[in-house]
Amino acid sequence: MPGTSPLRVSAEDAAAIHVTGEEALDWLKKMILIRRFEERAEEAYGQGKIGGFLHLYIGEEAVAVGAMAALRPEDDVITHYRDHGYVLSRGIEPKRVMAELYGKAAGLSKGKGGSMHMADVRSHLWGGYAIVGGHIPVAAGLALANRYRNLPRVVACFFGEGATNTGSFYAALNLAAVWKLALVAIVENNRYGMGTAFERVSAVGDVYRKAAAFDIPGVRIDGNDVLAVRDAVRRVADRARTGGGPQLIEAMTYRFRGHSMGDPQRYRTREEVEEAKSRDPIARWRRTVLANGFATEDELRKIGDEVEVEVEEAVRFAENSPAPDPGELRNDVLVPE
Amino acid sequence: MSEKTYRDAIREALREEMLRDELVLIMGEEVGVWGGTYAVTRGFYDEFGERRILDTPIAEDAIVGAAVGAAMGGLRPVAELMTINFSLVAMDQIVNNAAKIHFMFGGQARVPLVIRAPTGWGQLAATHSQSLEAWFAHLPGLLVVMPATPYDAKGLLKTAIRSDNPVMFIEHARLYGVKGEVPDGEFTLPIGVSDVKRPGRDITIVSYSRMLHVALGAASVLAKDGIECEVIDLRTLRPLDMAPVYDSVQKTHRALIVEEDWTTCGMGAEIAARIGLDRFDALDVPVQRMGQVEVPVPYARNLEALMFPDETSVARKVMEMVA
Repeated sequence: MPGTSPLRVSAEDAAAIHVTGEEALDWLKKMILIRRFEERAEEAYGQGKIGGFLHLYIGEEAVAVGAMAALRPEDDVITHYRDHGYVLSRGIEPKRVMAELYGKAAGLSKGKGGSMHMADVRSHLWGGYAIVGGHIPVAAGLALANRYRNLPRVVACFFGEGATNTGSFYAALNLAAVWKLALVAIVENNRYGMGTAFERVSAVGDVYRKAAAFDIPGVRIDGNDVLAVRDAVRRVADRARTGGGPQLIEAMTYRFRGHSMGDPQRYRTREEVEEAKSRDPIARWRRTVLANGFATEDELRKIGDEVEVEVEEAVRFAENSPAPDPGELRNDVLVPE
Repeated sequence: MSEKTYRDAIREALREEMLRDELVLIMGEEVGVWGGTYAVTRGFYDEFGERRILDTPIAEDAIVGAAVGAAMGGLRPVAELMTINFSLVAMDQIVNNAAKIHFMFGGQARVPLVIRAPTGWGQLAATHSQSLEAWFAHLPGLLVVMPATPYDAKGLLKTAIRSDNPVMFIEHARLYGVKGEVPDGEFTLPIGVSDVKRPGRDITIVSYSRMLHVALGAASVLAKDGIECEVIDLRTLRPLDMAPVYDSVQKTHRALIVEEDWTTCGMGAEIAARIGLDRFDALDVPVQRMGQVEVPVPYARNLEALMFPDETSVARKVMEMVA
């Protein structure tokens, strides 16, 4: 369909740009899984079964799901700490993610990382990092290793718009640009760094324009549109993979929940949140799926039921699995030599 | 055996490991075209090329962070920081990433990284003259090596590069020209083993890096008066090998720690605490520490000269302690 921007896909032209029914339903299911998983995690947190910080991804699901759909299984992924969505959309079993939230031995990081530090290195998920901006230089290093070893992989590095005000962001992307590394920086702009609106603390309010500082391509996309995310990430990942150097995507989205648990959200109005919910990525994709005949209402109900079962199983697994053995405390500090 | 400088010993270790393992690479400020600010990597750029000798921007957070990522991704990077002072810019990467990644993700990822950085001073003023080794020795998840001799520097650096753990390898800028015997063939030394550099019966002097030479100098002077100092070189600050120190204190009943950092919360505080806890009954006099004066390092030559223990002040302290 000439003239159609792949970044603004309407329900009508979705099919025209080659989304298979299987993909469409897979993405919808993954987004629903992330949401239901986190709603249950929120409950468990309220019951005191999950401790510490719990940063929910609810409202931003299309970014992780769209991006993972575009990436190859061997591509490297490294993320910030609001990280449940990435591991779930990468296909990690929800029970292992929930077990990590519960601080259990069967958790992804053996119960040593918790909500903010989910990794599954076998799946090329290099983990969630909790110092804002601190993992961006590490992403550049992973990309350096890939090039050094002649591996045709890209590194997808996810972080929030707040990280683009840190020194690490500038130092790392400059290095990646100088070395022309295959790094895709995916900035999730959910408009608030904790409770501070981005425009109040960033001299440049458009993150994609910051790409100019490194003379690399920067593009802004609708981060609530899973297909737009998939297409944009695929396009820039291909460019990075074939020697185009680092790429920056600014995915506009919104966090429906507070920054973490116990956020009174004095920094925004209920109206603003409700307005943002009208662009709910799941409801939107659901409409596209139905409009394109990828599934019927009945089939979608079935998907919802399947997710429900999977999440309940994850909770049951986490509840019933053992805490780490006390002997585990001193393990993994150093690699034994 | 042949006599080599500390600089050449380090250079040989780097070069041998690069020849031995294709996955070893060097990155840092001025390591390539310039040949290293302290000339340690001179000639490497021509020999190994820009693929393995990477000049970087002046951005230590990016240098160390990228080295952490490269290590996770299967390489064995040696990141050079021009001086230990610049590690402060990379502290998030060292503390939060290099030292934590293996543990935090339940052992899934490894960070086989060496960070080389010289400490030292010489009219460089307050921000370029710091001794920060205790900051790193504080961290579980990191190995901290601080060699004093060409022999130790070479053997320990080779082991550090082969290690699957992150290593802070702290050199001393004022030692680069110091010569010592180094074996001609291949050899390595284990990390975490202290070394008795001079045996003696009257007092134990615990030291490391440049201050080891000051301690040895004082010991030579004292020997003329019949006072025999046992001088122990820690070589590794984390993990600390206290066994030779304990054996020595058992024999001498006196311990003096000579360090170049500030003594408040410095390396000597840890060593003194351990001796006090584990060998209290062996002591005839309180453990003493000597370090730099507790002020930022000044520029003026005469003021700077007052900052650090020297052979005379160490010898005087020993005389007090054995009296």
